[in-house]
Amino acid sequence: MAFHLRRLRENGSLLALPTVAWLVVFFVLPLVIVLVVSFMSRGRGGVGQMPLTVEHYERTFGVFFIILQRSIGLAALTTIVCLLVGYPLAFFIATRRRRLVQQITLFLVILPFWTNFLIRTYAWRILLGEEGTINGVLLSLGLIGEPLSLLNTQFAVLVGLVYGFLPFMVLPIFASVERFNFRYVDAAHDLGANDLRTFLRVVLPLTLPGVLAGCALVFIPSVGAFVTPDLLGGTKGLMIGNLINKQFGGSGNMPLGSALSIVMMAVVMISLLVYTLANRREASR
Amino acid sequence: MAAASQMLVNEQAMRRNHMVRQLGKVGLWLNPIFAYFFLWAPIVVLVLFSFNSSRSVASFTGFTLKWYNNILNNVMGAERAFSTEIMLNAFRNSLFVGTVATLIATVLGTLIALAMARGRFPGKGLIDGLLFLPVVIPEITQAISLAIFFKVAFDWIAVISGERIFPGFHTIIMAHVTFNISFVAIVVRARLADMDPQLEEAAKDLGANPWQAYWRVTFPLILPGVISGALLAFTLSLDDFVITFFTSGVGTSTLPVFVYGLLKLTVTPEVNAISTIMMVLSTLLIGISLALQGRNASRS
Repeated sequence: MAFHLRRLRENGSLLALPTVAWLVVFFVLPLVIVLVVSFMSRGRGGVGQMPLTVEHYERTFGVFFIILQRSIGLAALTTIVCLLVGYPLAFFIATRRRRLVQQITLFLVILPFWTNFLIRTYAWRILLGEEGTINGVLLSLGLIGEPLSLLNTQFAVLVGLVYGFLPFMVLPIFASVERFNFRYVDAAHDLGANDLRTFLRVVLPLTLPGVLAGCALVFIPSVGAFVTPDLLGGTKGLMIGNLINKQFGGSGNMPLGSALSIVMMAVVMISLLVYTLANRREASR
Repeated sequence: MAAASQMLVNEQAMRRNHMVRQLGKVGLWLNPIFAYFFLWAPIVVLVLFSFNSSRSVASFTGFTLKWYNNILNNVMGAERAFSTEIMLNAFRNSLFVGTVATLIATVLGTLIALAMARGRFPGKGLIDGLLFLPVVIPEITQAISLAIFFKVAFDWIAVISGERIFPGFHTIIMAHVTFNISFVAIVVRARLADMDPQLEEAAKDLGANPWQAYWRVTFPLILPGVISGALLAFTLSLDDFVITFFTSGVGTSTLPVFVYGLLKLTVTPEVNAISTIMMVLSTLLIGISLALQGRNASRS
């Protein structure tokens, strides 16, 4: 035993032990329990009980498939919009010549995100509401006759998600544009490529690692979003995160919530796998 | 003839390229204008309407501090009972949970970072994965897995010992430690990667035992990383809503959980005022912690 302990101490694994133990108990074990519960029947009070069943997975891919689809669709759309807005913005920041201007423009992207996520999302309720600011301005300008219903729609959720995760797109792209050597652009021009071709064949491939990282960082939290659709989506913008939340309330169904969670995690794992493979292919080129 | 048409094609291509370039230039200027407006408009509107003299958020009618005054005097619109006391209590809960969780997570995160950087043992790849997963997994998944875990564990304890444990500070703290460990480990590992391992070996050659070498050489060198990691953990802890929401018990709501209860209902100027105060506080807090980190970085 003493010998054993000394060996553990010498190779450094004794240092790792407490943390690994903590993560196994409070991270791995709970996930295993969720996996087990997802195959149990719904008992009294919504908790899991025997016998085992796959009915919750059937419902996930049956009646709730539309919500799963909507969640993935909204997350994909969020990623695309963030990319379209974020790439030029990151490019703009990275190409400022004066260091101070670059720092200020970058800071202006980060600063709003020091505010609590709940409050940033709530701010959109003020803007998008029936008697909100956007409707107020449009009405007083006479551009619309009656208020638009913007809040409690999928559009509102999309806006909220883009707002919530845009910096996750901007920062990695900024990092890769900043590393990009602009002499390659001159070289491509000298070799006869036009601007569009130069961008598609030179600039974009060389900044692709940032783009890929940004897409993963936006897509993953968007799929699992709970606060944004909860505050902005109403029933029309319900996402899988809200559905999971509902299973833990009064008339809930924990096994169903667990099954939904497992499926959502599978979606996240698949997107991580796609990211890793794309990144590896990119690096080997 | 062929040469002439070739020239024509070239000219067309150049004109097209010129157009693309002009469009690109306009786009590259319009995009940041739009993006910065998009990023800042909600915040400006929120702050502005917390000072609006009418309850409307559609048009600004005049300046007032009435809503801030209302928060301090237990008034929250006509329809709702609001207590300043409960809010301050939630804030105290947040500070308590954040402090304890940060202390534990900083110790555990630093330990694993050291083990990963200096240790020679099998299974490091697995530990890497174990540290990476809590960062990428959706919050709601982690939240419900902990909720079910605590429920199952407390049921077992009740069966075995006959004593019923309820969720409270302990469950929130355990949950916060769990998601904070990875972030602390990432920051400290980055610092360790910058450090020259020969410094430690030199200390050992000069007769220091591993304990002395650690406290006299390694620890002072990684301290800025440990502090940054702790500040990050504290910020994440104060900010967390989803995981706290699922692991808190009666009377142990943190500030975000309390605020969520307000935000979910209607938009009122008092809520705007509370949001503005929270925004100013968190900006100050992060600003101070970044300034401290900057000073640490420049000193070392």
